[in-house]
Amino acid sequence: MRIKSLSYLVAALFLATACAETMQDGGAGRGSGGNQQAASSVKPGTGRDFVINVGDRVFFEFDKSSLSSDARSQLEKQAAWLKKFGSVSLTLEGHADERGTREYNLALGERRANSAKDFLVALGIAPNRIRVISYGKERPAALGQNEAAWRQNRRAVTIVAGASGS
Amino acid sequence: MFAVRLNSKIFLVLSVGFIAGVLGLAGTAQAELKVDVTRGTVKPLPIAVTKFIGNGPQEIQLGRRISHVIRADLARSGLFDPIDEKAFIEVERSLETVPRFQNWRILNAQAMVQGRVAVLSDGRMKVQFRLWDVFAQQQMVGQVYTTVTSNWRRIAHIVSDAIYKRVTGEEGYFDTRIVYIAETGSQIRRIKRLAIMDQDGENHHFLTDGSSLVLTPRFSPSRQEITYMSYHGNVPRVYIFNIDTGRQEVLGDFPGMTFAPRFSPDGDSVIMSMAESGNTEIYTMDLRTRKVRQLTRHSAIDTSPYFSPGGKRVVFNSDRSGTQQLYIMNANGSGVKRISFGKGRYATPVWSPRGDLIAFTKFTGGRFYIGVMGVNGKGERLLTEGFLVEAPTWAPNGRVLMFFRESPRGTGGEKDSKLFSIDLTGQNEREIVTPMDASDPAWSPLIP
Repeated sequence: MRIKSLSYLVAALFLATACAETMQDGGAGRGSGGNQQAASSVKPGTGRDFVINVGDRVFFEFDKSSLSSDARSQLEKQAAWLKKFGSVSLTLEGHADERGTREYNLALGERRANSAKDFLVALGIAPNRIRVISYGKERPAALGQNEAAWRQNRRAVTIVAGASGS
Repeated sequence: MFAVRLNSKIFLVLSVGFIAGVLGLAGTAQAELKVDVTRGTVKPLPIAVTKFIGNGPQEIQLGRRISHVIRADLARSGLFDPIDEKAFIEVERSLETVPRFQNWRILNAQAMVQGRVAVLSDGRMKVQFRLWDVFAQQQMVGQVYTTVTSNWRRIAHIVSDAIYKRVTGEEGYFDTRIVYIAETGSQIRRIKRLAIMDQDGENHHFLTDGSSLVLTPRFSPSRQEITYMSYHGNVPRVYIFNIDTGRQEVLGDFPGMTFAPRFSPDGDSVIMSMAESGNTEIYTMDLRTRKVRQLTRHSAIDTSPYFSPGGKRVVFNSDRSGTQQLYIMNANGSGVKRISFGKGRYATPVWSPRGDLIAFTKFTGGRFYIGVMGVNGKGERLLTEGFLVEAPTWAPNGRVLMFFRESPRGTGGEKDSKLFSIDLTGQNEREIVTPMDASDPAWSPLIP
């Protein structure tokens, strides 16, 4: 009984964290989880399941759109989940940090989102499930005029929709 | 869609005439008074702008307002130093008699402006003004305008333009407007609206309601239209906004995101970028035939295109060399040639209306700069710098630039974003005061 309520508490704390991240993210994405503890409290196949148990985003170097090994392994996890829940469609959002001009950053965000898309497609995800949109520097995930914030903003975020949970 | 109708009768119903000199003092004689705007630092010309005279409360109020706007225009240009009205020894009571020049010489006024407002029986007004060279004791220019009284602000700007042109030899830029993006809210979920105002910040209107993210508006050189980018329906595309009707229309049917639009100098086509499958190229669309033409074919990002004043060439930025640099090509896409070779990244090139310079945004060493260079890439000059300065736009006379500046506010990561104008010389940087944060300014042509 006592142990069970504690695990509920842990799950609740995690959700609170996820919620805080969601608010900071402004709807552009929902957290960057990957915690097995919460698995039991989240319905499989949902957007929340994807964010918490898979991780919804990958990061890029300044003015680059190539995928790091971390990014590739993250996208491999995404692809595995997307194969398991084959009815889910997704939007790939490309973003840039604030250290660039607006129009170039729109193009750069589009390039980043397509870089992630191409990798998912190469892993067997049907291209017609994937929509791409760039926000350039218009929708930062983190606030701050420093490299830590900029690193979080140079990202491609996978938003899953139409998740049936089946 | 989200039209916000702007009731703007912006075409001025105006009749213009020239008024002759007074009492045989010929208005045609060449006066000595001249301000050279091409020099780095200019000592502003002391000028006395008197209240425009009139009879009765309406004429007196209009006269006071008109001379106030003229004074503000001339002061903001940095080329004139309007003398405080309180120092005036005497007001001129008539336009038909020669001014008592000794009263203005004592104040060291080099030039003096006088005028008169008369409201006509049909409700319109007649505005006359004279610009005097105080030391040569000659009229430099004299004009009369007849229009509806609600146009008093535009009349003031037109008088300012006439004074500016007569004294500097350059076209004025006061009878112009600015379209820009008004910003509110946190950077995380910034609300952006199209807004329009006179170049002095007056007559401010919002054109969209903020429900869709909008970016990078630009005026048509020939019609009451603005091209811009909108995320309406979460589909980022280039739109055309009709200022008179409030109507908004997506431009073309492109498979990918369209952005970075600019009108051609004749206003008959739009040049822009389209991004698809990770590649951004430059296209033009003829607004009448809707024919689309692809100008660039390269795996690099090719964007921020801008026509030369004659429409024969295009300057743009591309990262085909590895980082963003400026390139010029012919209007059919041939003959691509890199022009920027300095240290750092170059972006948002805009061709001077005079044809001889290209202004740009530069990013190097963690700072942003606004600069200009020759069309051949030579003679780079940086005019201003900051944490972020971006997106220069030319006044129609090619002597003044406007841009936006973002500055960190506190330590929480939020920023202020404001519009500034600066002379081509790098002097006279001034904030254009807007009701809220502002970005992406675009200067209109002189209003027809």
